[in-house]
Amino acid sequence: MTRQPVLHVTAKFLIPLIMLFALYVQFHGEYSPGGGFQAGVIFGAGLILYGLVFGVEQAQRVLPLGVLRVLAALGVLLYGGVGMVSLLAGQEFLDYGALSADPVAGQHLGILLVELGVGITVTAVMVIIFYVFAGREKT
Amino acid sequence: MATAPRKTVSTGGAVVEHLIVVVLLALLASTAVAVIRLTNLFAVVMLFGIYSLLSASVFLVMNAGDVAFTEAAVGAGIATVLMLSTMALCAPREMPSRRNKPLRLLLVALTGAVLVWGTMDLPGFGDPSAPANQHVAPRYIQESPREIGIPNMVSSILASYRGFDTFGEVTVIFTAGLGVLMLLAGRRRKKGGEES
Repeated sequence: MTRQPVLHVTAKFLIPLIMLFALYVQFHGEYSPGGGFQAGVIFGAGLILYGLVFGVEQAQRVLPLGVLRVLAALGVLLYGGVGMVSLLAGQEFLDYGALSADPVAGQHLGILLVELGVGITVTAVMVIIFYVFAGREKT
Repeated sequence: MATAPRKTVSTGGAVVEHLIVVVLLALLASTAVAVIRLTNLFAVVMLFGIYSLLSASVFLVMNAGDVAFTEAAVGAGIATVLMLSTMALCAPREMPSRRNKPLRLLLVALTGAVLVWGTMDLPGFGDPSAPANQHVAPRYIQESPREIGIPNMVSSILASYRGFDTFGEVTVIFTAGLGVLMLLAGRRRKKGGEES
């Protein structure tokens, strides 16, 4: 949307840091505050900043709407899939203890996968909403 | 408005914390008044962002790091961007309305009074004998290190004990995205379909 070099340089410096922090919040969520939802909104905010500074068209070239729609569904499917796997392993729906021989290790794996599903869906939906809102033209 | 959550003040740190919360809540209240009084929508959107950032600070003082993350990223970041892009489609100023102002003020004051009256019955902040902390919370705190084995108990409650609720939340977010796509992206949907 703009051609200002200060904005471009600052954004290029900040966006990787924001995304790195989002990944930290995502995968360190078992030890520190955070989790899939928080990581998803921070990652989404990084992508939205890219779209704001470099334009929505450029952002859609990097991450097309079609890919985001698939990702949004994929996150929910990953969450539900983990539940189905524990169901097939003879436990209750979303009882992660069934995912591994050691119930505690199974819980770790289940929480990691489920939070990843949350993160993917939240990121995708936030960016989808931004694309759609920012792409509307005055009628 | 500028009342901190009731809590036992015992140490110097708690007094400072109390003071910080009072100052933050006073800033929140003055931001809210400014939002009501301004008619320039751009300024209002910016003040909403500041309001969210202040709320995030209050959550942080209350040791709710996760909530503060979310409030700062969604409230101050993404919601501000969405409101700005909505503003690009409408008039930059709010239309002044002179109809029945006293009645509105009365209604707002009454609702506010009822809400304040409602907080009288709330248990103190972090009160261990509060009903919410007596139900399943003690079991989670005692058993989750053995059953789940991860240090962040919030994660083990949200993702494992309450996994079904969180599944519902993800579905709600997915549905929100679907709804926005179906309602607003008519023209773009075709384009996206060709790309995928």
